[in-house]
Order: sequence, then C-alpha cells, then structure tokens
Amino acid sequence: MGGKFLFDGRPVPFEEGQTILQAARAAGHYIPHLCWHPDFPPHGSCKLCVVKVGGRHVSSCALPARDGMEVESNTPEINGERRALLQMLFVEGNHFCPSCEKSGNCQLQALAYELDMSSARFAHFYPDRPVDASHPDVLLDFNRCIFCELCVRASRDVDHKGVFALTGRGIRKHLVVNAESGRLADTDFAVSDRAADICPVGVILRKRVGFAVPIGERKYDEASISSVAMEKGE
Amino acid sequence: MSDSMSLPRVRVATTSLAGCFGCHMSFLDMDERLLELAKVVEFDRSPLTDIKHCGPCDIGLIEGGVCNAENVHVLREFRRNCKTLVAVGACAINGGLPAQRNHLDLGDCLQQVYVKRDGIEEGGVPDDPELPLLLDRVHPIHEVVRVDYFIPGCPPSGDAIWKFLTDLIGGRTPRLPHPLLRFD
Repeated sequence: MGGKFLFDGRPVPFEEGQTILQAARAAGHYIPHLCWHPDFPPHGSCKLCVVKVGGRHVSSCALPARDGMEVESNTPEINGERRALLQMLFVEGNHFCPSCEKSGNCQLQALAYELDMSSARFAHFYPDRPVDASHPDVLLDFNRCIFCELCVRASRDVDHKGVFALTGRGIRKHLVVNAESGRLADTDFAVSDRAADICPVGVILRKRVGFAVPIGERKYDEASISSVAMEKGE
Repeated sequence: MSDSMSLPRVRVATTSLAGCFGCHMSFLDMDERLLELAKVVEFDRSPLTDIKHCGPCDIGLIEGGVCNAENVHVLREFRRNCKTLVAVGACAINGGLPAQRNHLDLGDCLQQVYVKRDGIEEGGVPDDPELPLLLDRVHPIHEVVRVDYFIPGCPPSGDAIWKFLTDLIGGRTPRLPHPLLRFD
C-alpha cells in the first residue's frame, strides 16, 4: 500500500517498498548520496542522504517511506551535517583535486560544490596509501577511497569475482584487493567489469583515457550534481 | 571627484607562502577590473608593491601552505595585522602539491633531491643559516592561524577572486556559487 509523505513541505507519492530517497527522486527531488547507487540495494554507510523524520536523523536510502511522514532534507541544519561529513571524508583521505584525473567527474567533489564546502575545516590526516599500478588496464589510487563499498558490491554481486574488500576497523579501515600478493594484476579483474566504472571518486581509474575529456568539460564542471542526477538519473 | 575617491581605501596585503604564485597570476587575470579595484583598494605588503612587512590591513590574501619556519612567521604577521584573513587556492587550504611529501620522511626527501639524485657529483643538503628550516609536514594555513574565508581552486579563477573581493568589500557575505567554486 502506497501513500504520500511530505518532503520539505511538498507532497511526494510513494509505492509500497520504496525508500524515502527512491520516492523523492521519482518525484524530482534530489537527496545527496555517495554510497547509494540506483542499481544496488541501499548500503547506508556514507550518511550523506541523512534526512530528519519526526525529529530523528535517518538514512533516507534505507528507510521505507510511510504515509504521512514529514521529511526535512534541504534545510540549513541537515545540509550542515552533510557538509561536515564531506569535510571529514576530505581530511581522512588524500583528496588533491588539481592532480586527480577524476576531477570534474567526481561525486565527492561535486557534492562539496553542491553543499558550498569551501574548505575541509578539520586537520588533515595525510595517510600513507600507496597506489597499485600493477594491472595493465586499471590504476588503483587508494588515497581517494571513501569506503562506499560500491566496487566491493559490484565485483561480488554483479561480476561474481569478489575482487575488492574493506579490511580493518574504524580509522584503520581500508580497501584491499583479494589476492595473495594484494595486487590487482593477480586477480581476474577486467576493465569490462561492472566494478571498473562504479567508483564515485578517483580510486578505480581506467588507464590511457585520463584526460580524453579535458578539465572544464566534464560532467559536474558546469552543471550541479543535483541537476545531473535528476536529468540523467545518475 | 567621484564618490570612490573620497572614501578611505581598503588596505589589502598579499603573500605567497609554499605556493607557486599561480594564485597571484590569477589575481592579475582580473585584467581591466584591476583598475576598478584600484579605485577602492590600496596595497600593503604584496609582490605588487615589494613592501617587506605587513602593516595594519583590512584584508590579507594568503597563497600557499606552510612548509617552513619563515612561512609560520609571515603567516602570523598577516594574522596579527589583517582584520580579515583569506586562504587563496588549494595549497593554502589543504597543503596542495607541496603536501605530497607529507607521508614521506623529510630527511629521505632531502637526501634524494640534493645527494642521491642522478647527475649530482658533490651533493649536500643546503645548510646556509639564511635558509628557513623546513617543517616535517606541510600544513594548510588554518592549522596555524584562524582563517576567515577560503577561496578554493588551483588557482581560483580571476572571476572567482573578483566575485569574492567585490562581495567582501561591498559588505556582503562572500559566496562563490558553482561553477566559480572549483577545487581544480
């Protein structure tokens, strides 16, 4: 049984089983997200899709819509929390946009633009995360990993290869490659895998095409991530 | 005499710490708008004036991160003297390219560059007492002093700097809407 809920004061219809985020998108309302992807079940780890329902902060990607809910999303309070989450992601990794070939196509960067983030505010960690250039077709730059597990899920559930995994806990959590050597070249990973083009940031990079589309002409260079997401369904 | 001539001018200081002067070049990219700016602004310490020390100012623009002891002194001098301090560009905001050495041992870096590099016959790490001591890590400026505003970009465009300065001098809260807000 479906119904209607209020999204920032506007009525949004939903069908039974739809999450808040799915129903809001279907009605043309963008909710920021990083670990959520339209082709995958909700993961609920990045918390960028946080909304306020009945005074509680919940992940809109995971919470089923209910009739009569009042959902606050695009408010100074909630956007402030989202910005703080982005700032923490920026300082925990090494996100140097000027030297990243994903710049302009990166969802982390585009969300920072969307949410008016002008600095990372906190003290930078500068973690030591060596890159893996072993694979002939794909470079792994772990410096930019945000632990969304999209590559883990795509490789496990779509490609049925299980190439990637997260290991460690808390601040020591990091992305690893499922091979004895730990090198991507020693797995059956292929550039045609779903996992090869799922990364929302600049970790999994196709070699030899880095600047085929020049900086300034990329997906989020002129358009905002919210308009791209709503117009192209991405 | 126009109104702008009778108003007291906004005093602005600029410097480049661990930067490449690219942000200053971008400042010059405001082109003919610099003439508009010159009607309401006068420069204190800046590469444009060659004044060596910063006096009391309204706005301080800092390019570059903090990589050595001199950077710390200059940055603190700016903070003491500037009512509003602005981090300009990626390096001032997150360390940028110089911070790529942050996960490496500084001694190893110096050995690699000045002693072990191919083509060096009688190498040696420079130790002239005039040279400022390097810090073990490069820091964004907000880790050393309080910073009021940030203009991201590598470099931020002349348009972004113009928008920011005209907002600030005009008494509005400076805001860079996308696509003026860029990190690359």
